[in-house]
Amino acid sequence: MEILFELGFLQRALAAGVFLGLACALLGVFLVLKKDALIGHGLSHVTFAGVALAMTLGVLPLAVALAAAVAAGLGISWLKDKAGLYGDTVIGIFSSVSMALGVLLVSLSRKFNVSLLQYLFGEILAVQALEVWLSAGLAVLALLTVLLGGRRIMYMTFDSEAARAAGVPTGGLDRLLSVLAAVTVVLGTKIIGILLISAFLVIPAAAGLQVASSFRRALVYSVLISLVSVTGGIIASFFLDLPASASIVILSFLLFVFCFLLRAVRSR
Amino acid sequence: MNDPLPLVSVRGVSFSYGPRAVLESVTFDILAGDFLAVLGPNGSGKTTLLKLILGLLEPRRGRVLIKGLPPEDCPDKSLIGYIPQKAAHVDPYFPASVAETVAMAYRPPSRPLFGGRAGARLAVERALGLVGLLDEKTRRIGSLSGGQQQRVFIARALVNRPYLLLLDEPTTGVDREHQEHFYDMLGRFNRSEGITIVLVTHDIGVVDRHVDKVACLNQRLTYHGSHGEFCRSDAFREMISDGRHLVSHSH
Repeated sequence: MEILFELGFLQRALAAGVFLGLACALLGVFLVLKKDALIGHGLSHVTFAGVALAMTLGVLPLAVALAAAVAAGLGISWLKDKAGLYGDTVIGIFSSVSMALGVLLVSLSRKFNVSLLQYLFGEILAVQALEVWLSAGLAVLALLTVLLGGRRIMYMTFDSEAARAAGVPTGGLDRLLSVLAAVTVVLGTKIIGILLISAFLVIPAAAGLQVASSFRRALVYSVLISLVSVTGGIIASFFLDLPASASIVILSFLLFVFCFLLRAVRSR
Repeated sequence: MNDPLPLVSVRGVSFSYGPRAVLESVTFDILAGDFLAVLGPNGSGKTTLLKLILGLLEPRRGRVLIKGLPPEDCPDKSLIGYIPQKAAHVDPYFPASVAETVAMAYRPPSRPLFGGRAGARLAVERALGLVGLLDEKTRRIGSLSGGQQQRVFIARALVNRPYLLLLDEPTTGVDREHQEHFYDMLGRFNRSEGITIVLVTHDIGVVDRHVDKVACLNQRLTYHGSHGEFCRSDAFREMISDGRHLVSHSH
């Protein structure tokens, strides 16, 4: 185990994973309760289109993906409000159109190689110091959002109409969550990959919600499950020579199953 | 002597959902300390009226004023308690404890650097004490009975010591015994805490026993005045003769 503390790339991977896991766990609880759990899935498809566009233009992929995902996150909030559609419908529209756009760009540019696969499946052992700092910044933002606005977001999630009547800025908070989800998905593509990041946003939160009797506990359990998944997944992938992203998601799923069974036993 | 300044002024308010008119030129005042029942058949605009007072909807014509200001400019909106119609339909799996459900609505009177959490806890415990649910504060909201949940929502509406409480058919789905406790409790808040209460209901029995003023809506305001006069009014006779939309539970 000492090797874990000696290899710089592994330390960066673990640090970025822990920060990202913290952000995913906190945001995930709100998104799952808002029935917007699939927003991560939709935004990951937008990220794919952004990466494809950046590779076609020959510019920095994550910067283009970030701009595209943030714009899409705001677009999803706006369209839900203006078109009177349910969140899953709007997310479905953004998701499929972005994937179509991405496939079109991939087909037209004929430039794609192994680097696209890195974005699709993640390459956690290639995480740079800048990405660790960005993940830390995201974790701080998610933590501040919960500490300063958690009660209002919970009110909006529980009873949107009563919250609005009490002066809670529900539209602004919805947009804030969408933007944070967009940044999380884009930063997560390097670690978990476009194809699996949405699972990391949903599964720890869903597992925590299985066993929590209060909102605060749901947040704590979600964070713990997320951190165990990310550290366990990375360490397992290193020692067993497995893909890190798949290991993290499978481990979080096993923890979900454990929480589900625990709840079933408790309620008997 | 001058008339007291109304707490809520509804002035010539009309509203429609698309082409369907719901309210037409409704004008009346709600005074501080009133316990007002809003009656009317389904689709008569009762819920819409509450939403207009809260600023959740904008009138097509006319205006609503709270303490002389439009609802959107009202500086203390968190001091208006609101219990929507669907409040009784709680997601049984929502992971909020009773205390957290009440705390959702808490707004500190000022923003202290330290001690805000203690202030919130005290306010939540006071509100839960008022509705007799302090011992249940750690229970999950979804595990309570319909009557208990309704008392939690009252506590949530009371947590900021409101001056105005708006309730939209708050006892739908609650059994008779708990309904009576609930309305007795509202009466106490109105008398002892001086909270102005506006209650949308179909239950003429509740109106008989608890409220002091009545507003009847059927797109237009057909009656507004004291409960005693209402029982002798044409609006009351019309409502009784067309009793499809009323229920009466007398004890």
